[in-house]
Amino acid sequence: MIGLVVVSHSASAAEGIAEVAAQMGGGNARIVPAGGDEDGIGTSPDRIRAGLEEADDGDGVVVLVDLGSAVMNTELAIEMAADVNAAIADAPILEGTLNAAVETTSKKATIQSVVDRAEEAREYRKLN
Amino acid sequence: MADVDTQREAVLEALDNVSTRLTDEKSYLTDLDSAIGDADHGSNMQRGFSKAAEKRDDFSEMEPHEVVKNIGTTLISNVGGASGPLYGGSIMFASQELEGGITTESSVAFAEAYLDKVKDRGGAQVGSKTMVDALVPAVHTYKKSVEQDDLPPLEALAKAVDAAERGVAFTTPIKALKGRASFLDWRSVGHQDPGATSTLFIMEELLATAEEYLDGDVVRDARADNAVRRDE
Repeated sequence: MIGLVVVSHSASAAEGIAEVAAQMGGGNARIVPAGGDEDGIGTSPDRIRAGLEEADDGDGVVVLVDLGSAVMNTELAIEMAADVNAAIADAPILEGTLNAAVETTSKKATIQSVVDRAEEAREYRKLN
Repeated sequence: MADVDTQREAVLEALDNVSTRLTDEKSYLTDLDSAIGDADHGSNMQRGFSKAAEKRDDFSEMEPHEVVKNIGTTLISNVGGASGPLYGGSIMFASQELEGGITTESSVAFAEAYLDKVKDRGGAQVGSKTMVDALVPAVHTYKKSVEQDDLPPLEALAKAVDAAERGVAFTTPIKALKGRASFLDWRSVGHQDPGATSTLFIMEELLATAEEYLDGDVVRDARADNAVRRDE
């Protein structure tokens, strides 16, 4: 199963998003929060790398990110975790993680299909 | 080319010099960052380079390019924020250019690879009000001075540092397009970029180290045209 890693500047935001998405994924999705850094607010390439390794069961990982250093540190963590096949979804972190969680529980899910589903969330509007 | 031991010693000396300088400038960098960022640039850079400098003994048997690579990975783990991947990741990446030893030629390749990685990772261009505004003029000037003007490396580096200084000044009157400062939009105008500033400090310490190892002093004057003159 494709794993998910949620990278936010806030550890609690990452945990909360993973929690909401886990419910959407029917409790079967593999979602690992990797938020915050040693000082609190921030992102940490070492934490993200550990998250990638935890989320991966061999099928690969899709990462949902908030902004700025979350993207850079995730890119770096993916380079460092050379034996994990991983991709970043360019999607809003909460909605994207929900979509991705649903997709990972599909039998036919691939890294690309999970990324695509997550990125569909870019179009979502809150009000009609 | 200097022997491997001298190259390693010079790298370690540069590391010490940068670490000391960033410790001295910690509150200044934090002040700059508190105006347009999250007020942690000084402490982040100081912590990262101090951690690297503390590992000096672990580096004592390594090839020079491995020392540079390990400085990069130490920064990645200890700097935090966007500066960890930008400074540490780019040093780590560019270190492969030094595999054949540290020469004038490989130092140009290192500088270019570092600049490319910073631009690629961060997505900033000249005028985004970032470290790229210091790096581009510095790296271009260094390359041109070495490859077109055949200047000795020390003079080329001094010109590059001058170019970086002008780049730092350029960040003040422009609006941030990248990084946390960009969220401030027009309010970012009038503030000097902390990343460009720490980049200049690092380059100044590389120059000071090079003066020591290449045996000469150079006078810098960022505003004069033929800025670099050799001191007798």
